[in-house]
Amino acid sequence: MTPAGWEAVIGLEVHCELRTRTKLFCGCRNEFGAPPNTHVCPVCLGLPGSLPVLNRQAVELAMRIGLALGCRIEPSVFHRKNYFYPDMPKDYQISQYDEPICVEGALTLPDGSRVGIVRAHLEEDTGKTSHIGESGRIHGAGYALVDYNRAGVPLVEIVSAPDIRSAQQARAYVAELRGVLVATGASDGRMEEGSLRVDANVSVRRAGSDVLGTRCEVKNLNSLRSLVRALEHEVARQVGLLEAGQPVVQETRHFDEDRGVTVALRSKEEAFDYRYFPEPDLVALAPEPAWREAVAASQPPLPAARRQALAELFGAARLEGPRAEQAETVLELGLDALVRAAAEAGVDPALALARTANEAAAQAEAARQVDPGAYVALLRMEQEGRLSATQAKTVLAELLQHGGDPADIAERLGLVGLDRGALASVVAEVVAAHPEEWSRFCAGEEKLAGFFTGQVMRRTRGQADGKLVAAELATRRAAEAGAP
Amino acid sequence: MSLAPTASAIAAAVRSGEVRASEVLEGCLEAIDQVEGQLGCFVTLTPELARAQAEAVDAQVAAGAPLGPLAGVPVAVKDNLCTAGVPTTCSSRILASWRPPYDATAVARLVAAGAVVVGKTNLDEFAMGSSTETSAFGPTRNPYDPSRVPGGSSGGSAAVVAAGAVPLALGTDTGGSIRQPAALCGVVGLKPTYGAVSRYGLIAFASSLDQVGPLAQTVEDAAALLDAIAGHDPMDSTSLPEGVLPCHRALDRGVAGLRIGLVRELVEAEGIEPGVRRRVEDAAEALAAAGATVEPVSVPELALGLPAYYLIAPAEASSNLARYDGVRYGLRVDGADVEEMQARTRAAGFGPEVKRRILLGTYALSAGYYDAYYAQAQRVRTLIVRAFERAYEQADLLLGATTPTTAFPLGAKVEDPLAMYLSDVFTIPTNLAGHPALSVPFGTDDAGLPVGVQLLAPALAEPSLVAAGAVLERSAPALPPPPVAASWRLGVPR
Amino acid sequence: MARLARIALSPEELDRYAQQLAAVLEHAAQVAAAPTAGVPPTAHPFALVNVLRDDEPRPSLDPAVVLAEAPAAEDGRFKVPPILGEAP
Repeated sequence: MTPAGWEAVIGLEVHCELRTRTKLFCGCRNEFGAPPNTHVCPVCLGLPGSLPVLNRQAVELAMRIGLALGCRIEPSVFHRKNYFYPDMPKDYQISQYDEPICVEGALTLPDGSRVGIVRAHLEEDTGKTSHIGESGRIHGAGYALVDYNRAGVPLVEIVSAPDIRSAQQARAYVAELRGVLVATGASDGRMEEGSLRVDANVSVRRAGSDVLGTRCEVKNLNSLRSLVRALEHEVARQVGLLEAGQPVVQETRHFDEDRGVTVALRSKEEAFDYRYFPEPDLVALAPEPAWREAVAASQPPLPAARRQALAELFGAARLEGPRAEQAETVLELGLDALVRAAAEAGVDPALALARTANEAAAQAEAARQVDPGAYVALLRMEQEGRLSATQAKTVLAELLQHGGDPADIAERLGLVGLDRGALASVVAEVVAAHPEEWSRFCAGEEKLAGFFTGQVMRRTRGQADGKLVAAELATRRAAEAGAP
Repeated sequence: MSLAPTASAIAAAVRSGEVRASEVLEGCLEAIDQVEGQLGCFVTLTPELARAQAEAVDAQVAAGAPLGPLAGVPVAVKDNLCTAGVPTTCSSRILASWRPPYDATAVARLVAAGAVVVGKTNLDEFAMGSSTETSAFGPTRNPYDPSRVPGGSSGGSAAVVAAGAVPLALGTDTGGSIRQPAALCGVVGLKPTYGAVSRYGLIAFASSLDQVGPLAQTVEDAAALLDAIAGHDPMDSTSLPEGVLPCHRALDRGVAGLRIGLVRELVEAEGIEPGVRRRVEDAAEALAAAGATVEPVSVPELALGLPAYYLIAPAEASSNLARYDGVRYGLRVDGADVEEMQARTRAAGFGPEVKRRILLGTYALSAGYYDAYYAQAQRVRTLIVRAFERAYEQADLLLGATTPTTAFPLGAKVEDPLAMYLSDVFTIPTNLAGHPALSVPFGTDDAGLPVGVQLLAPALAEPSLVAAGAVLERSAPALPPPPVAASWRLGVPR
Repeated sequence: MARLARIALSPEELDRYAQQLAAVLEHAAQVAAAPTAGVPPTAHPFALVNVLRDDEPRPSLDPAVVLAEAPAAEDGRFKVPPILGEAP
């Protein structure tokens, strides 16, 4: 939480590894987890004489991201960013500098707040360095090993405006952005594999002020959890300094996951001179209008529209409370289409949302593969009382694991549910067998409802739906009370 | 015993079965052996590889298979072009033992055309120089006077062709590195249009200026080599999609009706030797006599070429040469940490001229100086491009000297970088514009040293260059064979 | 500049290069006087655009070839002395 009387001003830079088959400038595979230095060639190893050639699909995905964020797609130029580091094969990074491909967009978060997007640009990733030594940390390492499989993997860096005001909003922004990136097919969204990496620019100011404070850049925010922890710590640290009358020093800080604190790396006084200049080995990029339009026309539905579609199932402009949380779960997991399909087939949207956000979400990978027709059929069986809730969950587990027709599964498992008529006759049998308890129940002794439900469950070996039993008992009692 | 046969004569003789490629090769290797000790043209000789390539050609001949246009022709390759499995050093300590895992496109196309690669020629380190004296492996000497430089940076390629040891060679030209040594050694050198020949596998000096091209004894051979290596390459993003028209067909086209501008700034410049100037004027007369209209033109912006070049080329080089850091290949000098290792490796691996240019380029790109130096040089580049456009409204081709002077003594300019840079003053503007240019030998100065005259053309007008170059070649005063020259036992008619 | 270019130079070398570069820069300063108001920069000789390749995998190098030229290697990776700082 931001300390009272203070406001955080946060801008985020999100690096997204693009889901292409090959790297940005060569035909090596873009694949996580391969043995070291097996996906490298003269180009991505920076061997003398090699030259880059731009991957069309990477450009297309960058355009998709830009269009999804409401950016303009502009003619762009690649530059070289020059600095020495062993994970960079050419000792310069090919990136976009003052003429990026996407400019000026915005992302609206589920709570309705809006975060401006300054730019999104294409660049190449670096290799991976492992520090080997007693402590395993950078300082005191005995030596380092470098693997260039990741070198040249396409990245889009998305730079937000400093519109974010809290760690929680930052989390919501990254989560929503991740949803957009996954929806467009640009990213697999796996933060734990480094597919998304976040740096934050953080400053604080007195609430109500419109002056910008001195900012620090916080690096290494590689999960939503560390993002929130790092930002909360950094905001508190800066507020603490200012309240103690000390200045915030402009610097780059690293989030130490173990200790939950940010630590200074270097101050901006030693700011690096990257000597950007136009990459002479590449030509300008100016996607022609037809290409841009084709990309725009084939954009998949984005999380905001899909969230809206879910709300509309409930006749609401926006979902609130637990339903909103369920909606976020199915959106994040890409299961919202199942909810919509069920609702359109007449299933109660609340039931469809609950089953999908709970049981289906628990096996999200399988749920994404499930035959929607079978899934909807199962929910209908539950809604119509042909399966109890418990039975429906059992059938669902089986359906997700092995597929098949839900009716067949239910039959095979002996879970043939009772329809309303069959249930009524069982209830009638139980009432007839226990006349005294029935009279007391009719006289208002409500706790006997449990007794009768238990009896029904025993006779049906637990396959009756508890809610339906209660309803049947109520109907029967009302009918008797109304009889002369 | 005779001078080296021309490439076209060899190809014809191999094709007709008159001589085998393997015999040509052995003759060539002997010829190299006769002059190499005095001239130092090669960094690496590749007789085994060459024998395999020659035998492959002979097998094709025996099988009646279709032959490439350069079948059986020995070719020397400048050592900044990658050759798979063969050391490719750029004449630098930092790459002294590096063996690339791939062939440059130009080399691959040569071999596909049937050429036989006999070795890798010496150059100024990373092609930075105009005398081949900055090579880490010692200088190459001029066959016309071994106390003088062959020019540079393609000095090894120029000298070995001039000495008649190899009929053809590949060079590279960033600011004149094919044409200037061709002029100083009395051979033909052609710098193609930027993007006409793939740069894939050419170890970059200044990426927006570098081009691969031929050095040859005759214009015809230069055209044949260019035809073999030119054409679009998907591995080079700056490779032109349309490509150059075949040049050999233009050989006999003549110059009748062509408008040729004699460029005042490439003839009357300060520092030009009278002997050079006289030969350019002779060449103009020869072209006029052959039916061209020769008119003087003035392109004052060309004077800005040299200062702009010495900001742009070092800037690009400072970035291109960053990768030589001791991490992945090449020289490493150990250090306590990676930064120290890299700084020591680069200190030990690069020679003084390379260090000077890296420092200059780093400065030109650095914050605070970028706009005054690098960006301003790029704007000046635009002025030069526009000036050429205007000149080509009046003329089809331009004519001038290739260099202000003939070959100068070894050591004369080593400690005076600016004086050395001035020897490229006439060749640099073409590179900035991306245009093609051809240097053709045209007699000697009073000291008997070869003079080169330069023909310049708009983009992709190589065929016109070849046509005019052939006319100049036919009308040029005979160039005596150099004192250091190979003699061939092999009876291939010239 | 030497530090940015990552070249270890002795004080004598620094002196000599500084003098030589001053002369070159003085010459290069001619570009400053050129009439370039409103003139766009030229980074490429020809204005090609959209040179792209399809997203089709091509064979990578054999790992043995990759490491054959490495000054030092271990476990399939390039080995370097300790790295003291983060990437800038």
